[in-house]
Amino acid sequence: MQIIKKIGLFIFLMGLTIFTILPFVGEFKVTSATLDQIIMDKGIASEIFVQGMKKNVVGQEFHGMLSLSPQITQILETANAQHRENKEYKKVIYTGPHDMAATVGKASGTGFIVENKGLMWFLTFGLGILGSLLFIVPNIVLLGKKGIKNNGIYHANATNRGWIAWMVFVFLVSFYLVLYFRSEYAVNWTYLVDPISEFLSGNPAGHWFVYGFMYCTVMTVMAVRMYIKYRHNMYQMVRTTSVLFFQIVFAFLIPEIMVRLQMPYYDFKNAFPLDYDFFFQWNLKSLLNSGGIGLFILVWGIILTLVIVPVMVYFFGKRWYCSWVCGCGGLAETLGDPYRQHSSKSLFSWKVERWLVHGVLVFAVGMTLMTLYSFFTESGTVLGLKTQSVQNTYSLLIGAFFAGVIGTGFYPIFGNRVWCRFGCPLAAYLGFVQRFKSRFRITTNGGQCISCGNCSTYCEQGIDVRAYAQKGENIIRSSCVGCGICSAVCPRGVLKLENGPLKGRINPTEILLGNDVDLMDLVNKK
Amino acid sequence: MEHIVIIGNGISGITAARHIRKLSDKKITIISPESDYFFSRTALMYVYMGHMKFEHTQPYENWFWKKNRLNLVNAYVTKVDTANKTLKLKSSEDIKYDKLIIASGSKSNKFGWPGQDLKGVQGLYSKQDLELLEANAPNNEVCKRAVIVGGGLIGIELAEMLRSRDIPVTFLVRESSFWNGVLPEGESQMINEHILEHHIDLKLNTNLKEIISDENGWAKAVVTDKGETIQCTVVGLTAGVTPNIEFLKGSGIELGKGVKVNTFLETNIADVYAIGDCAEQHKAIGNRRPVEAVWYTGRMMGEVLAQTICGNKRAYKPGHWFNSAKFLDIEYQTYGWVFSGKSKNDQEQHFHWRHPVEKICVTIAFHKETKQFLGINTFGIRMRHEILDRWLTEKRNIDYVMEYLKDANFDPEFYAQYEEDIVSLYNSLYGANITPRKKSWKRIFSNT
Ligand SMILES: Cc1cc2nc3c(=O)[nH]c(=O)nc-3n(C[C@H](O)[C@H](O)[C@H](O)COP(=O)(O)OP(=O)(O)OC[C@H]3O[C@@H](n4cnc5c(N)ncnc54)[C@H](O)[C@@H]3O)c2cc1C
Ligand code: SF4
Ligand code: SF4
Repeated sequence: MQIIKKIGLFIFLMGLTIFTILPFVGEFKVTSATLDQIIMDKGIASEIFVQGMKKNVVGQEFHGMLSLSPQITQILETANAQHRENKEYKKVIYTGPHDMAATVGKASGTGFIVENKGLMWFLTFGLGILGSLLFIVPNIVLLGKKGIKNNGIYHANATNRGWIAWMVFVFLVSFYLVLYFRSEYAVNWTYLVDPISEFLSGNPAGHWFVYGFMYCTVMTVMAVRMYIKYRHNMYQMVRTTSVLFFQIVFAFLIPEIMVRLQMPYYDFKNAFPLDYDFFFQWNLKSLLNSGGIGLFILVWGIILTLVIVPVMVYFFGKRWYCSWVCGCGGLAETLGDPYRQHSSKSLFSWKVERWLVHGVLVFAVGMTLMTLYSFFTESGTVLGLKTQSVQNTYSLLIGAFFAGVIGTGFYPIFGNRVWCRFGCPLAAYLGFVQRFKSRFRITTNGGQCISCGNCSTYCEQGIDVRAYAQKGENIIRSSCVGCGICSAVCPRGVLKLENGPLKGRINPTEILLGNDVDLMDLVNKK
Repeated sequence: MEHIVIIGNGISGITAARHIRKLSDKKITIISPESDYFFSRTALMYVYMGHMKFEHTQPYENWFWKKNRLNLVNAYVTKVDTANKTLKLKSSEDIKYDKLIIASGSKSNKFGWPGQDLKGVQGLYSKQDLELLEANAPNNEVCKRAVIVGGGLIGIELAEMLRSRDIPVTFLVRESSFWNGVLPEGESQMINEHILEHHIDLKLNTNLKEIISDENGWAKAVVTDKGETIQCTVVGLTAGVTPNIEFLKGSGIELGKGVKVNTFLETNIADVYAIGDCAEQHKAIGNRRPVEAVWYTGRMMGEVLAQTICGNKRAYKPGHWFNSAKFLDIEYQTYGWVFSGKSKNDQEQHFHWRHPVEKICVTIAFHKETKQFLGINTFGIRMRHEILDRWLTEKRNIDYVMEYLKDANFDPEFYAQYEEDIVSLYNSLYGANITPRKKSWKRIFSNT
């Protein structure tokens, strides 16, 4: 069994290595037909850019994106600088230099990778999936009898912030940086999934398709790990199945298929304000121009946020979204599960959390109000602030850095819910409802707590669950995503996630059940 | 300002301190040489197993103590001078007290076995024991085999710990079946099976006779009363605990097995109290033992004594007995009294249900004639403390318990439920005709 695991690890690392090398290799040959096509598609009016491209790029062969990309970005930036200086604003190209490099690159790849997409897919994704399954599946036997299997988590390098964890950290952060800021280096990855993308939406894959596909793959493989690890716990099994389903069907398949049907790309479960650009001008315009379906999406999006989300939180707690439906939550609960113990439980981080997460909510709502104001009044500024720049700032700081680079990249160091806990504006909103008007609570079982601390240690949201349990109090916290792990790891059966009547939900206690009844009455009821 | 000094920073001492602080402004000092800060003894195993780091076993952050003006002194009390109300500390200045709370806990039993003080022989009680185990048994190369002596709760925890590092374990249990002084036969039997499933070499009906030393004073083997010699590197002595009270000898405080206290937790000397594992009631309360060495009772005594110290004199009058433990993968809870075959009287009858495949079972004790519900043990099913406590108070009969059993289930959502099976077995055994009622929130919350 151990041997199978080792072989699996080896295969996985092979796939990962090939995947990691891809951005640096490959042949690119830009033909003048390609250039013409791009000029036409993008409506490029800059003769400087076209000249530059013809002179330095067209007809030449480039080995790897590292040599092609600097050419294109430089040509584009020079052209734009020139036009701005000459005040020829019509000629300025608004496609970002790296997006331009990606577009050109995507259309110009030649050679082995492009000609062997299937094989290359197998050598990266295929080996990755195969290897990780070989690594994970033997646990059915190796973990022994079913039950909580957290042995060695704090001894293992990978799960105790050792060098492996730091390597994973560096890898994830770099991966997100490439995705968000240097998409041209993802071009080779897009070839691998072109056949899948073409099958689904009819279009070749872009780097976000790579990301979406990878997201689903990683979640599926890590869900297998969850199924094995928590096979005694039906709540975990059902919940894992649910997030996986919503990710694959709602976040991945349906939007792609909608594109094929000439509909707008839309993830029906992605609620505003997590879906922060829902009310952005371009989105509203595109929805309004898409006929019936566009209108439906618009109405659905608004009802989802204003009605469905709070009503569901009232009945089930915010868990229905955060750990049953949401994609960010889904990744956190699968890929992130091995790192859940790293969320800080200190009072200090709780303070930071409240400031940050509510700050982001205010930011998101403020930005949206500005956007709507601008949309209806057709003015670009509100109180002297440019709507566009506020949106850009949000997209960069919150959308890209917080949710992506930090949110996922920091898993191995700060735990798997950094974004959900400190950043997600939707979580903040759901949290209000959960805290003040919801049937959900984690019931503490009378006096049974032995203060061992397993619950707090494994709470991914950094809630000091024990602090409540050892006082005999129910846990009512806005940040609880209802993952159920505190209940699972408790060795004394103290915690139960449940939905019940509002009365008695919050139960401040001084003396715990089991002691003198008169004393309990005296102290607890005063 | 009155100075309250507490010897021991375990659950009982700390609970008393916290509650005294809530109720008053008295000066509070807590003394212990074991650790700077309170930690959960019950969680020691998880540190060795790598589920947690030691810091995670500390229920309060380090700033908590100062903020609540609880002075912590890391020192060992060598002598209590009750005449002068002074404590002598090892390598530290004397401390004077106005009221003294002794909460010094327990220590592992040693029954005078030959070789019990060899290197590699240890108990599992303190933080230091944990550190010693880490040194003695870091992995299965250093520790080729461990022998555990004594089949109680700490013994099985130690076995689980060592197995988590793949160290071969032999488990010597004096009884004919694991913990059958406490557990009824069926349950004890199920745990025997589970121990074997975990590849622990369980030797029932077996006593330790002697531990053999190698040339360097390390344990190298044990000899059992069956004449068997078992080679090993580590010997774990887990044959129960006794109150840790040697330092009180000659202080004038009445000692028996533990520190003798009345129901108000007062000793024979004014202003000196004892709580937790180290306290011994003059007269046992109900079915309880005079010395109760469990977490919960330590906490309860702390809660009660704080009231007394703050002017609201109260007797220690615990409610219905409850307890819990985990045997490897199987959680165990108990409410009320379910006695084992050995200690049960004729009036107590047991209804036992066991799952055909899974390691899940339930035993319900009831009075033979009146059918009054006396207690329940569950393995692999969590139960709602409030409900069972209420049923015991209301002196419900077993038919009622069966009918409303679903109200008492505390398993996580989506778990398989066994009430139907349990009740149908009960019906067929006792010719009853009970249909279990659906869980009702209204009933569950009817008291609050
Ligand atoms: C491994 C293990 C697992 C357990 N699991 C459970 C469980 O699951 N459930 C349960 O109910 N119970 C469990 N118990 C029992 C429970 O931990 C004890 O009943 C409880 O900790 C006793 O608390 P206490 O405050 O009375 O004493 P302790 O926690 O023993 O604290 C006493 C403190 O006093 C200090 N002290 C002693 N003498 C002196 C002195 N002369 N000067 C200064 N300081 C002194 C000691 O160093 C110690 O720190 C377990 C015990 C162990 C060892
Ligand atoms: S409190 Fe429990 S259910 Fe809530 S997030 Fe933390 S571990 Fe999950
Ligand atoms: S895991 Fe359970 S017993 Fe341990 S501190 Fe949390 S609630 Fe208490």
